[in-house]
Amino acid sequence: MANTLFDKIWDAHVVKKIKNGPDVLFIDRHFIHEVTSPVAFLGLKKRGNKVLFPNKTFATADHNTPTLNQHLPIKDLLSANQVKTLEENTKQWGISHWGLGDKNNGIVHVVGPESGLTLPGTTIVCGDSHTSTHGAFGAIAFGIGTSEVEMVLSSQCIMQPKPKSMRIKVMGKLEKFVTPKDVILFIISKLTTSGATRYFVEYAGEVFEEMSMEGRMTVCNMSIEMGARGGIIAPDEKTFEYSKGREFAPKGDDWDKAVKYWKTLKTEENAVFDKDISFAAQEISPMITFGTNPGMGISILGKIPTTEEIEGDVQTYKKALKYMQFEEGDAMMGKKIDYVFLGSCTNARIEDFRAFSAVVRGHKKAENIIAWLVPGSHKVVSQIKEEGLLEVITNAGFELREPGCSACLAMNDDKVPAGKLVVSTSNRNFEGRQGPGARTLLASPLVAAAAAIKGVITDPRTLIEI
Amino acid sequence: MAYDKFEVLVSKAYPLPIENVDTDQILPARYLKATERTAFDKKFFRDWRFKNDSEDQPIEDFILNDTRYAGSKILIGGKNFGSGSSREHAVWSVYDFGLRCVISSFFADIFRNNCLNIGVLPVQLSPKFVEILLEATIKNPETEIKVDLPNQVVTLLLTGVCESFEINDYKKRNMLNGFDDIDYLKNMKNAIMEFSEKRPF
Repeated sequence: MANTLFDKIWDAHVVKKIKNGPDVLFIDRHFIHEVTSPVAFLGLKKRGNKVLFPNKTFATADHNTPTLNQHLPIKDLLSANQVKTLEENTKQWGISHWGLGDKNNGIVHVVGPESGLTLPGTTIVCGDSHTSTHGAFGAIAFGIGTSEVEMVLSSQCIMQPKPKSMRIKVMGKLEKFVTPKDVILFIISKLTTSGATRYFVEYAGEVFEEMSMEGRMTVCNMSIEMGARGGIIAPDEKTFEYSKGREFAPKGDDWDKAVKYWKTLKTEENAVFDKDISFAAQEISPMITFGTNPGMGISILGKIPTTEEIEGDVQTYKKALKYMQFEEGDAMMGKKIDYVFLGSCTNARIEDFRAFSAVVRGHKKAENIIAWLVPGSHKVVSQIKEEGLLEVITNAGFELREPGCSACLAMNDDKVPAGKLVVSTSNRNFEGRQGPGARTLLASPLVAAAAAIKGVITDPRTLIEI
Repeated sequence: MAYDKFEVLVSKAYPLPIENVDTDQILPARYLKATERTAFDKKFFRDWRFKNDSEDQPIEDFILNDTRYAGSKILIGGKNFGSGSSREHAVWSVYDFGLRCVISSFFADIFRNNCLNIGVLPVQLSPKFVEILLEATIKNPETEIKVDLPNQVVTLLLTGVCESFEINDYKKRNMLNGFDDIDYLKNMKNAIMEFSEKRPF
């Protein structure tokens, strides 16, 4: 039987198959952060176990960290304690640790690829559902729970059944100013928030072949938002070019050998997926969400569907609109916005700051808007400066903060107040996600920038000079 | 032994017929700052249970605050229960609140895995049967449900109507004995070490 890209990598990592049970899967890379690792380390100690491969786990602090004054002690004592605990645990076991202040510190799903740790053909896990991001490189990458973090620390393996396979093709060419974020928000709006649950998704077709590595990361990142275990894109010249020369990427002969193998990581022509779906690129326009899960998205020019138009439970739908303070049939354009957040593991890479800058260039931030621009890593900060984008952003009345997860999950001080409406480039619009009572609209960096300039939801295509 | 064994559970149940309940609702992110697995019961559905930032002000019409259901060890949720964040803390809060079983017509993957790893049984039943259970428990809070893991059957005791559920043999054995994967993997150490030699990176 012809194999899929996913089959090839998964099967190469199975240590043991358990009859009527899960596979024991070997993990090449394990990323950890301060929030989901402390109890795993405690469990390890309680059982008297050891970290089996300290050189295969990599730590960074990101979820809880402030985005201003990172050189000062963290004010929130609980956050400070978690960050310190990560430092102590990694020190005790000899695990690489990129703490606050380290040049490699940043959002785990931004710094992993940047450092060359994320490589094609590998298995990657982290106690974070957006680990699916790394699938952009042709890796099998997915989020795990804390019990599984402990499993990986003590055995470098996890036990899971092989998921079903799905392929999503987007054929043709995207219209100008339709971004990777719009592509994935569109796909999720079609499949719903649970449409890919039990599946691992391969993205294929012209749109993904043409897409940059940053764009592919944005797409794979949000695979979990339609329930998928993960998303994957076949590695190609763009992947190799991105990875070559990075700190942890193989060098010299090892590199050549690796590329030779990576070139075999493609789905065979006759491979059959459990589900195969196709969309036309022309169907996709700039997207925005209006509800309380990422599947509740529409074209920015669209209207909120009525209860007659939706599938699924009407009470749940009404509850969502009530929370959002929206009415069915409302247009999204022109809604007044209070906050704008550019950041998160979905959209805090250099391309996202380029897009944001392209819209705000020569404009001024609207007075009613509070904007948080949070880059994904220090490398992204350096690039922003090198490319002259800092000047563009600053001249438009914005300020750049320091790297971290920030308002995506609002564990630090970057919380959107109750009732306020925020256009966010992050990945989740769940109730209270960006602060208790906060109302989130997910969108691309272009849409976020347009809202920041106009103070209301605006089609970014009307602001960019072509 | 990692957690209490699960064999047969007979209990009242909380009906929560809302779809796509995500783990940010089950346990909001601002309570993820602990470095130990200490009681998360008060934070279980925190923002649906309590007003503002005070746990002294319950939201009265929320089902978990309905004292007629107090002591239930089962929660019946809507479709796609536990979506979103991988935080195992959400499942810890299920357990700490006193629940041992969650019933739904469909679970999110990571949530389901996390449940099985700490001894909460996720039971997936047909939408029709979940509807029957929801109706019965909403109508009468004293309604008891029997979850029989050895026979893989859920029964509404009032009428005797029942439905079987799936669980793989390995996970079933773990739940029945209170075992977990960590011990299993520890015993595979030699095979894992040998396998690791084959991995280039």
